[in-house]
Amino acid sequence: MTAPPEAAVHRTALSGLRICDLSGQLAGAGATRTLAAFGAEVIRIEDPVRKGKWDLLRGVPPFKEGQRGIEAGGAFNNHNVGKQGITLNTRTERGRELLAQLISISDAVTENFSAEVLEHWGFSYERLCELRPGIIYVSNCGFGHTGPYRQFRTWGPIVQAVCGLTWSVGQADQPSAGFGLSYMDHHGANLMVFAILAALHHRRRTGEGQWIDMSTVESGAALLGPTVLDITVNGRPARRPGMPASNRGHAPQMAPHGIHPAMGDDQWVAVVCRTNAEWAALAEIIGVHEPEWATLAARVRDHDLLDERVSGWTRQHDKFAVQARLFAAGIPAAAVQSPQERIDLDDATARWGLFPEVSHPLLGPTRVDGIPLHLSATDWEMSTGAPTLGQHNHQVLSGLLGLDDDEIARLEADGVI
Amino acid sequence: MSSDAHVVGPLAGLRVIELASEHAAYAGKLLADYGAEVLLVEPPGGHDTRRYGPFAEALPVDHPDRSLWFWHYNTSKQSVQLDLHSPADAAQFRQLVGFADIVLEGEAPGRLSALGLDHAHIRGPSTVWVSVTSFGRSDPRSAEPFTDLTAVAGGGLAWSCGYDDHSLPPMAALGNQGYHTASIWAAVGALLAIEGRARTGEGQLVDVSMHAALNVTTEQATQWWLVAGKTVQRQTGRHALHLPSEPIVTLAADGREVHTGFPPRTLDELVKLVRWLDDCDLRERLPLAALLDLAIEQGGMDLAKLYDDEFTQECFRTCREAIMLLAQHHTADEFFLQGQHRGFAVGMILSPEETLADPHLIARGFPTPVHQAQLGHDVVHPGLPIRFTGSPGRITAAPALR
Repeated sequence: MTAPPEAAVHRTALSGLRICDLSGQLAGAGATRTLAAFGAEVIRIEDPVRKGKWDLLRGVPPFKEGQRGIEAGGAFNNHNVGKQGITLNTRTERGRELLAQLISISDAVTENFSAEVLEHWGFSYERLCELRPGIIYVSNCGFGHTGPYRQFRTWGPIVQAVCGLTWSVGQADQPSAGFGLSYMDHHGANLMVFAILAALHHRRRTGEGQWIDMSTVESGAALLGPTVLDITVNGRPARRPGMPASNRGHAPQMAPHGIHPAMGDDQWVAVVCRTNAEWAALAEIIGVHEPEWATLAARVRDHDLLDERVSGWTRQHDKFAVQARLFAAGIPAAAVQSPQERIDLDDATARWGLFPEVSHPLLGPTRVDGIPLHLSATDWEMSTGAPTLGQHNHQVLSGLLGLDDDEIARLEADGVI
Repeated sequence: MSSDAHVVGPLAGLRVIELASEHAAYAGKLLADYGAEVLLVEPPGGHDTRRYGPFAEALPVDHPDRSLWFWHYNTSKQSVQLDLHSPADAAQFRQLVGFADIVLEGEAPGRLSALGLDHAHIRGPSTVWVSVTSFGRSDPRSAEPFTDLTAVAGGGLAWSCGYDDHSLPPMAALGNQGYHTASIWAAVGALLAIEGRARTGEGQLVDVSMHAALNVTTEQATQWWLVAGKTVQRQTGRHALHLPSEPIVTLAADGREVHTGFPPRTLDELVKLVRWLDDCDLRERLPLAALLDLAIEQGGMDLAKLYDDEFTQECFRTCREAIMLLAQHHTADEFFLQGQHRGFAVGMILSPEETLADPHLIARGFPTPVHQAQLGHDVVHPGLPIRFTGSPGRITAAPALR
């Protein structure tokens, strides 16, 4: 890669921003990939001794057919698009010196280790400030860096279990379904981007950097607001008979409000009536004539029966046909889309350009998650996939830290990089 | 810089005009709680969301400020009522926009344009204009009716959530997670454009698609499809995957649900697992316990072999059985605390009231008292989602209807 031409310098939202990135997996790497997409220089540091496998996603499936190994992990490639990758063995003094040098020329340091890991390496927040006054340091950790559970270990599903979100997905008469994904890794990452950008704004105004002690359990617990207020204001526990019934419309109340079977094997469609008028229109379409259900209170009371009547109609039709028919009548409806349907067969997804193709030295061209924002003047761009292990060692050590070829060769021989 | 500005939050100094909406309200709350001066523009009589439940039941049913939905999503904001159809109010709106750093709106495409109040008409050169729509501003589908549930169904989140029993429907989550997903991206987009402005001096339009936001919030479901052509399927309490996986959530001895985490696999974890089993005299209840010793002799398990090596698969299954057995042997609290103290990333499934009462969250000051003048006392709100140690931010009550 060559440096961008002078004229392009101000074409990105984050030009000139340099991130010393020690983060990984999705909760951390998912943040810095967004910064890279908007033009930040993200230098991801990995451990040469463990071949970068602190990040569980390096070298695990999904793989492209016939591929295996630490460069072939599909999720790793996705989460590290557009970054530079270097290796530093921070068990060695020279490795720590080089990390210190890199920090001294960075705007922010990002990590999602367990609490105290970075401090054990000798890089407390105080030290980071000495190395680079005004530094922004973001630690992203399930329980945060203070409090009785600060040494507890987490990953997405544990965070979701403890913060209330796992409980919040399920039928009333069944165990918790939970999220079938690390939902909080996504929002941990997105809020980490918010944190860095907000801290940059604060630094521009005050000249001061700061440490951001993110706990994704807190980030997740903040996503159930009206339910929490019902507890604290009305004294009504969320864990009670009839809850969570999470496909139902609780706040605000709506009925019908659910996901119904459609024609075919395991095909489903969401149908919602927000108003009595929408219900009247739906009742007409599905041939239900129950004058009593004209009111929301009656429909909420008889929701099970109402669901049966709606399902009785939806299961006779293709899910996309239901969607189109109800839209035409002004009623919200949506097919539950499979990955193929939402990625490859969805016109709106194609129009947005949501899954761009990036290049990778070993994987070749691959499509990755794009960004759900378009900025009219300084939009995102993705062209290169994840760095291979140590791919940018020479570029960064020579170009940024001023080491010559002999020194770099010595670092390699000594196991520092 | 006064110390007050630090308390107010990292976004002190930013002025935001937010047109009240259901789906972008959380974006405005994030900006406001972190110190931006957010002025909510509502139609005369207040926005519809002021009439969304749940309600503060101590207040009379005709009280205008009893929506807990509104209390939550509009903290730290101020509000003004404007009828954008009236020339005088429209002029006032233009004036407010002229002073704003950021305009945040969730209007359907065409509505503001018809009033001559869209970004193309009234955005100043340095203003950032954030528009949150269902499919993007220029997409014809943004005209379709939508709710949080339909967005979650079409965008991919629902596909991955639910039960092993596929006669039960895919599940959405409680609490507007589709709107949250779009709103968090909208707040990020606003600040990205503020960064862009700091470099170029110019504002711009930030177009946020809720459908796109959900479509990139599916973790590995997308990569399994794009990279390997496999379709993940929903499974009770665990990640959707193209192959069935073993149960991971179980009932503890006190009948509460616990999450047993990713099974132990490294040498260190295997040694700790065997020690825990022995401490509880549970080894003889595990038929294949000898496999754990074998795995220890081999120095742990290589996850990369999990998909094609039978021995690794057997060991992995035995580890899973061992940790499930330990979970069923303890109360939920014991399993969570002991497991974590022994170095295992395990958890318990808490409901929101249990999370609020957790000693760790209390020690960190997460539950946040906010004075609600309607009630004449403080009410605990969920705390801030991000802890800025230098400029924390603060939560104040949502504006009352005047």
